[in-house]
Amino acid sequence: MIRFTSTSFRYEAEKPWVLDGVDLVIEEGEFVVVVGPTGVGKSTFLKTLNGLVPTFSGGEYAGEVVVGGRSLSSNRPADMADLVGYVGQNPSASFVTERVEDELAYAMENLGLDPVTMRRRVEDALDVMSLHEIRESPLGELSGGQRQRVAIAAVLAAAPKILVLDEPTSALDPGAAEEVLSALTRLVHDVGLTVIVAEHRLERVLPFADQVIVLEHNGVIHVGPPASMMAHSPIAPPLVELGNLLGWAPLAMSVREARRRVGDVKARLEDRELPTVRPIPEGSALTTSNLTLNYGEQRALKRVTLDFAPGTLYALLGRNGSGKTTLLNVMAGLLRPSHGTALLHGQPPFRMAPSDRIDLVGLVPQDPGDLLYAQEVGEECRTADREHHLEEGSTLEMVQKILGKIELTRHPNDLSEGQRLSLALAVVMAAKPKVLLLDEPTRGLDYCAKLSLIEQLHLLRSEGVCVVVATHDVEFVAQSADQAIVLSQGEVIAQGSAREVICHTPVFAPQVAKVFSPLDWLTVKEVMTALGGKR
Amino acid sequence: MIDDRPHAVAWWLWALGLAVVAVKLSNPVPMVALGAVIFCVGYLRQSPAAWGRSLMLFVKIGAVVILVRLIFQMLFGERIPGHTLFAIPSVALPSWAAGVSIGGPVTAESLITAGIVGLKLALILLAFGAANAIASPRELLRSLPGVFNEIAVAISVGLCFLPELINAVQRVRSARKLRGRPTKGIAGFRGIVVPVLEEALEHSMELALSMGARGFGRTSSTPSRRRSALCGVSAILGVAGLILGTYGLLSAGSSIPNPGVLCGVGAVFLSLGVVASGRRSVRTRYRPIPFGWRSMVCVVSGWLGLVGISILQSSSPDATSYAPYPLVWPTVSVAALACVAVGLVALAVSPRPALRPSGRSKHMAEATSR
Repeated sequence: MIRFTSTSFRYEAEKPWVLDGVDLVIEEGEFVVVVGPTGVGKSTFLKTLNGLVPTFSGGEYAGEVVVGGRSLSSNRPADMADLVGYVGQNPSASFVTERVEDELAYAMENLGLDPVTMRRRVEDALDVMSLHEIRESPLGELSGGQRQRVAIAAVLAAAPKILVLDEPTSALDPGAAEEVLSALTRLVHDVGLTVIVAEHRLERVLPFADQVIVLEHNGVIHVGPPASMMAHSPIAPPLVELGNLLGWAPLAMSVREARRRVGDVKARLEDRELPTVRPIPEGSALTTSNLTLNYGEQRALKRVTLDFAPGTLYALLGRNGSGKTTLLNVMAGLLRPSHGTALLHGQPPFRMAPSDRIDLVGLVPQDPGDLLYAQEVGEECRTADREHHLEEGSTLEMVQKILGKIELTRHPNDLSEGQRLSLALAVVMAAKPKVLLLDEPTRGLDYCAKLSLIEQLHLLRSEGVCVVVATHDVEFVAQSADQAIVLSQGEVIAQGSAREVICHTPVFAPQVAKVFSPLDWLTVKEVMTALGGKR
Repeated sequence: MIDDRPHAVAWWLWALGLAVVAVKLSNPVPMVALGAVIFCVGYLRQSPAAWGRSLMLFVKIGAVVILVRLIFQMLFGERIPGHTLFAIPSVALPSWAAGVSIGGPVTAESLITAGIVGLKLALILLAFGAANAIASPRELLRSLPGVFNEIAVAISVGLCFLPELINAVQRVRSARKLRGRPTKGIAGFRGIVVPVLEEALEHSMELALSMGARGFGRTSSTPSRRRSALCGVSAILGVAGLILGTYGLLSAGSSIPNPGVLCGVGAVFLSLGVVASGRRSVRTRYRPIPFGWRSMVCVVSGWLGLVGISILQSSSPDATSYAPYPLVWPTVSVAALACVAVGLVALAVSPRPALRPSGRSKHMAEATSR
């Protein structure tokens, strides 16, 4: 179906190759997962599959890619549209029309299909992605998860043979992600669709994969079946780490498989003590009582009563649109509650002057780039020092603690997702707020970047900062959080120690907890310590 | 349910017809009646979607237009002699500014004349405002022939872009608040505009990419040179005919013979040219709304009145035009009112818009908080 013959590509001459002499064959009807650390060129690789690279990017290109019998050197991306469907990282930016139904028909209109076929395929696509209820809705009013599903359906409707998806589940809650992925698997099985997915949350996609492509920084690509490829992959989901720890060969790719093989280890773990829950320190950093917030007639938050202690890391979980972001915005003083109160050191945050507020509470929004204004990283750090009357260089020091070395002259927009997040975090922390709020910080981060983020947050926690993280990433919660709060339709439906909360809801349970259920082990590290380092 | 709705093009043609009627009229009685007719139809048939709420906006703009016209007349208008209502202190201007006057006596005649001109403008605005509220311009764009596809897409993407921009501004504002930076004043303005524009640029690149990947701009074989030349000539002839014809129709006492026929021939040539060049695009349309008898009736109801008014204009000028010399009440002509009322027929052939279950507020939460 897809054949790369010694294909090379780089964005600029003299820069390192993103793809270096790649030879690769992908068969029809395979579910392929593209794996690699942040910034290695996964998106670039995906875009070569229909010619978006180099047509839209420019750059140096050599070799040949043949997709479905058509050479990409003689076909434009538009000419490949009937064969390759491409869904980019940011679905909202890809919308051309105004309504869900029109968006689904857009590609087919361009292909010149007759209205009868078009109508039928739109209905099919609505069914596959369960979009029936919102078919008439304007695209601007959809939630993040719905947008992602519409973007996929819009491409599916044109009935391509190959579907290319760049991080399709990063904006989705675990339930919605599962739904999208199983819909895709069904298409792979039923109609022989070839699916190629790049995804950081490998724990979500690996169980479905037939083939894994591993990208390395020097432009080299390895292809193979998941179990053997993951054994050497630089980044690995918990299940693979667990397999490596227990010396499994071949590795287990699905929780089900792992459960079958974990029998004796589970028996040994049964009489081991679970790690103790970190005690909640005295005092209170932030409290909300009966907090209600309405957007028009819609209730975004309903009587939320919570108490956040200093020196503790809280995870805020819940479906897309359950009110997590709203709650963070209220706590950061951006929104004014309709009823009830949020108190930060005895004062409602929305009443404070912004310049006073930032000394007490800091929020890193979903797109951390929003917080950065300067044209250079160094300039950004210096401004933060000046604004908060810090010693020159202290913000930079913090950035370097997380990121290691960083080029001071780079534009914040040119940084990788993880680097930008760290920079925004450092800039917010420069004011030394007592409460730090993070909205979906692990989007686009690979496992290594996630680990260094966790380290950084734990350091802040030990300094007495109250950290609240709204996230869909259950593995991140398992590794980092002390306490967890679950929201649904704006109400708090569960709260308690992270272990208790996430182990007892199947949707939020991390892989290790699923494998060792009903024992409440959360991470590979815990299991390793309990087993005494070695197996 | 969608199919028994008149076509978007039909609504815009209806509005165009009534706007031309407004241009022809200068008698306030049928003019006010025309306003009522347009408002009625617009209000009863406005779409429940977001753009449907634009009717009241146009009503307000119309009111402002009339008001501004009156105020300008009072302050700077030509001093028409007649019944003085009150006087505004006048400013003596140097001799080189002859013909310009500021202040002076304000007469009833001058106000009436200005009011009628203002009302005319307001009616034209209202007609298109109503069309906009009933059938969104986007729907109209969708119905353009293939050759305009690229332009239509560009406009419709632009229309999409505005709400995106507002969203972006809100986001950047709250981000600035998060860093304790000003969101007002010059510094605040600059701090918001630069990131918003940066984002807009990035957004448009991503959009272009997505459109390319989804087959935008696919064409069938390129047409022969002779054929494209023929298309061009026919389109140019058509446009020329239309322009001359319209000029003849709208300006009283022009020397262009048979302007109506000229218009018709021009329209035929133009459509031939447009349809023939459109062949090159392979594009098809999803769920096209047929241009059925309801649409025809809708168009006719907009233009029949124009025919009637044109006839009245020559047979009994008082029914359609009015000038306040002498200052008497304008003629109330049943015939003129009937001509205007024909516009209401469109109501009979269009169904009442279905109320969309309000899914709107459902996700506002997320949209606003971002």
